[in-house]
Amino acid sequence: MSQWFYIGLFFLVGLIIPFGAIGFAWILGPKKPNPIKQTTYECGIETVGDAWVQFKAQYYIFALVFLIFDVETVFLFPWAVKLSQLGLFAVIEGIVFILILIVGLVYTWRKGMLEWA
Amino acid sequence: MEFLKDPLKVVADWLLGIFTSWGIPEIFAQVLIGFLGVLILLSVLMLLDIFLVWVERKVVSRFQDRIGPNRVGPFGLVQPLADIIKLLIKEDTTPEGADRIVYNIAPLLSMMSVLILWAIVPLAPTMLGVDLNVGALYLIAAGAISTLSIIMAGWASNNKYALIGAFRQVAVMVSFEIPMLTVLLIPTIFARSMGMSAITQNQDVWYVFLTPLGALIFLIAAIAELGRAPFDMGEAESELVSGYNIEYSGMKFGMFYAGELLHAFTFGGFWAILFFGGYRFFGLEQVSAFLAVAVIVFKGMVGYWVIMWIKYTVLRIRIDHMLAFNWKFLTPLSFVLLMVTALLNAILAGTSSWVYISVMFLSNILIGWISLEVARAHSRREREKVEGMKKVVTT
Repeated sequence: MSQWFYIGLFFLVGLIIPFGAIGFAWILGPKKPNPIKQTTYECGIETVGDAWVQFKAQYYIFALVFLIFDVETVFLFPWAVKLSQLGLFAVIEGIVFILILIVGLVYTWRKGMLEWA
Repeated sequence: MEFLKDPLKVVADWLLGIFTSWGIPEIFAQVLIGFLGVLILLSVLMLLDIFLVWVERKVVSRFQDRIGPNRVGPFGLVQPLADIIKLLIKEDTTPEGADRIVYNIAPLLSMMSVLILWAIVPLAPTMLGVDLNVGALYLIAAGAISTLSIIMAGWASNNKYALIGAFRQVAVMVSFEIPMLTVLLIPTIFARSMGMSAITQNQDVWYVFLTPLGALIFLIAAIAELGRAPFDMGEAESELVSGYNIEYSGMKFGMFYAGELLHAFTFGGFWAILFFGGYRFFGLEQVSAFLAVAVIVFKGMVGYWVIMWIKYTVLRIRIDHMLAFNWKFLTPLSFVLLMVTALLNAILAGTSSWVYISVMFLSNILIGWISLEVARAHSRREREKVEGMKKVVTT
């Protein structure tokens, strides 16, 4: 049987267990909602406005930088697996690839995108 | 003796015999046995998780010179069960204006992202969920689901603290994923495989001796991935109260809490698998599968203890310092380490293993020392700049 079938089983059971626990708690727990209880918790002060507002854009930029590196480092895994059989030439090629990645990092750095401004 | 060597196969064959004698087709019987196996493994993990609550509380109280839970049962061992009963009978509140569907899915995903990691953990030579040949990538992919659950929880709660906590946590998690990915490449180079089982079996010499710096970077990145102190800016009790899980109550909060503890133990286990030989311990794993499981649980516990030790010793770091530390220090360092390792691996291909190990070890120490010197010189310059500015102000 395929390995991925078992991975699917792990996903299924991994969802069933927390679902069961939460469902059991839902059966046992009291259900007495009231407006005060359901207000947003902000240390006792009444909430002003919605939480879904535009927030610091810096987080978005970090996510973008991450995306570039994440996608490109995934390309390195096949290289790492076959490295010992490929010899010195493949190693140099891989290093050139990593250097290009680093150029990207340096560019982001010099642009001031890594600063918390 | 067959049972001691390969208990899973013995039990599976026995069950298959029973099921087929009941007239169930073999393919369904196989599926049923797989399902039962996964259910038992994950249930045992959840039981272990309950025990981890006790371990965590007991260890933290020792670090803080307290006694910790000692009233309920011997050494307070039954305390977590009492906690669970309390969590079960708590009212489950949903804040007004929350995105209900996303709000309810987030704790499920949080727990699931940890449990599915155990699919690839080799517990013994013959005991493992799935011997996936892309294990390292699976580890990262499962980590991405936990990131998703955090941003879902923070976003859906309609709470500003929760949202800020989730933003910070996710920024840290995705940032530290880069050094972690890079360092994961190093055991892959040594073992010539991404599979966790192959990585374990190739460690005649623990990889921590081949790449001590890599093991250290992996530990730092893992702690950041877990969102534990000193990288727990997303929870930051003193300012954000509890971060992304602030609005959750009852068992839903319990799922986040239990998921975090189990995640820490799991990363302790992966640290052991990648750098400390996994279930291997002086041929003990050949004697019995049960001994191998004991070895890996012990090593995982040691890793977990190290993570706790750091958590309760080091102070929280500010979010901008944390991200700067990652992007300006850890990421370039891990890339340099990867390049040097790949190069040395090719150059030293034909030499004896002793030369190979010692050159690898020394190169790691050298890179670590040089990077620390560079960081030290930089901080000295920054400090002088600040002190110079102070002098201008005072005069």
